Amino acid sequence: MIPFDFEYYKPSSVHMAVELFQLLQNQGKKPVYYAGGTEIITWARTNSIQPGAVINLNSIPECSVMGIQKDKLVIGACVTLSALSEANPFPLLSQTAQGVADQTARNKITLGGNICGKIYYREAVLPLLLANSRMIIAGIHGIREVSIHQVFLQQLRLENGEFLVQTFTDQYYLSLPFVHYKKRQIGNVGYPLVTVAALKQDNQIHTAYSGVCSFPFRSIEIDQVLNSSSIPLAARIEQAISKLPGSIIHNTEGSAPYRKFVLKQTMADTIHILERR
Amino acid sequence: MSSYNSALYPVEMEINSEVQTIRIRAADILLYTLRDKFGLTGSKSGCDNGDCGSCTILVNRQPMKSCLMLTIEADGKQITTIEGLMNSQVQNIFAQHQAFQCGYCTPGFIMNCEGLRNVHPIADEETIRVWLESNICRCTSYEEIHHAVKDIFTPK
Repeated sequence: MIPFDFEYYKPSSVHMAVELFQLLQNQGKKPVYYAGGTEIITWARTNSIQPGAVINLNSIPECSVMGIQKDKLVIGACVTLSALSEANPFPLLSQTAQGVADQTARNKITLGGNICGKIYYREAVLPLLLANSRMIIAGIHGIREVSIHQVFLQQLRLENGEFLVQTFTDQYYLSLPFVHYKKRQIGNVGYPLVTVAALKQDNQIHTAYSGVCSFPFRSIEIDQVLNSSSIPLAARIEQAISKLPGSIIHNTEGSAPYRKFVLKQTMADTIHILERR
Repeated sequence: MSSYNSALYPVEMEINSEVQTIRIRAADILLYTLRDKFGLTGSKSGCDNGDCGSCTILVNRQPMKSCLMLTIEADGKQITTIEGLMNSQVQNIFAQHQAFQCGYCTPGFIMNCEGLRNVHPIADEETIRVWLESNICRCTSYEEIHHAVKDIFTPK
């Protein structure tokens, strides 16, 4: 059980949600926005967080949309990962989402929740980083649209009281050649040793990673090295590894040296597959 | 321990085809509301963390881990627990195949299979494999469970 009480609100508009947040915060209630809620419930159960109010975003229409609008794929933050995979508007995103948790859990986990979570892996963000998606963010000053690269730096950097409403992705990216690998220590469910998502665009391979460092990332430097076709692949990969943006995770899923070994193999597999497409 | 508001919230939901109303804490977890307030103890508490699947129920005909759902989220929804599937085809086929040992995980597996039938009435081998990964059997009855589920989806 959750060992403390909180207030619960389910606003039906973006504006109401933002106003509620401000009001509750001014009352000292430490509100949190809630979509799938799996991470919030898990942390609250262990008393690791104690929000005084929960604002459920699931009744806000903009947060539940999924479809093409003016050549862009729009996905609401409250769309579940299973709904996303089932509809399959962006195959790389569908496949990446299918690697998160398990099928039943994905009926609850949302795109926004996965991206905004505190867990290291947050793999659903990888295809959006590769597709240069735009993020629609709501806050007390209104709605802003920004490049994912401006706001996702190791984590989604929201201002106080803001929440992710939608993601926009140019239709162009949806059908590009791609690969997705999720390498685990064992089995088909669980956290990754290494997840690599990659798109091929204009004969260049773009890669994004989860499970390697304590945050998901895309690195232009790594992509530049991996695409240097005049250099032997093994040397490219060694150079790419030297450009990782953080230290390699060392935990129960895998040691840092093992992760590094798996990363190298996965990079090689990615390049081999996409170079032929 | 901080506790901001101990108000009770009204919730109305349809549980196993009966409309039920209850007043609950916003922080109440659906699994424990079903077990402790409605006496529906077929849904089991395993990991309490969304990993094992023993608490699986159907929410609007879709499998959901009730340990990861606030009761208040179920307001206005249709809930089915294992008690609502008494003598169902899925339950009978599990029994015929003896697809259990201790039986603790069995309600979760049956609920997941029922949900799979709702969503994919003609599920292929790969879909079955992916869906079954949501549940864990510590007695490792996976072989029998797999046979039962294949039987469920074999055209008769």
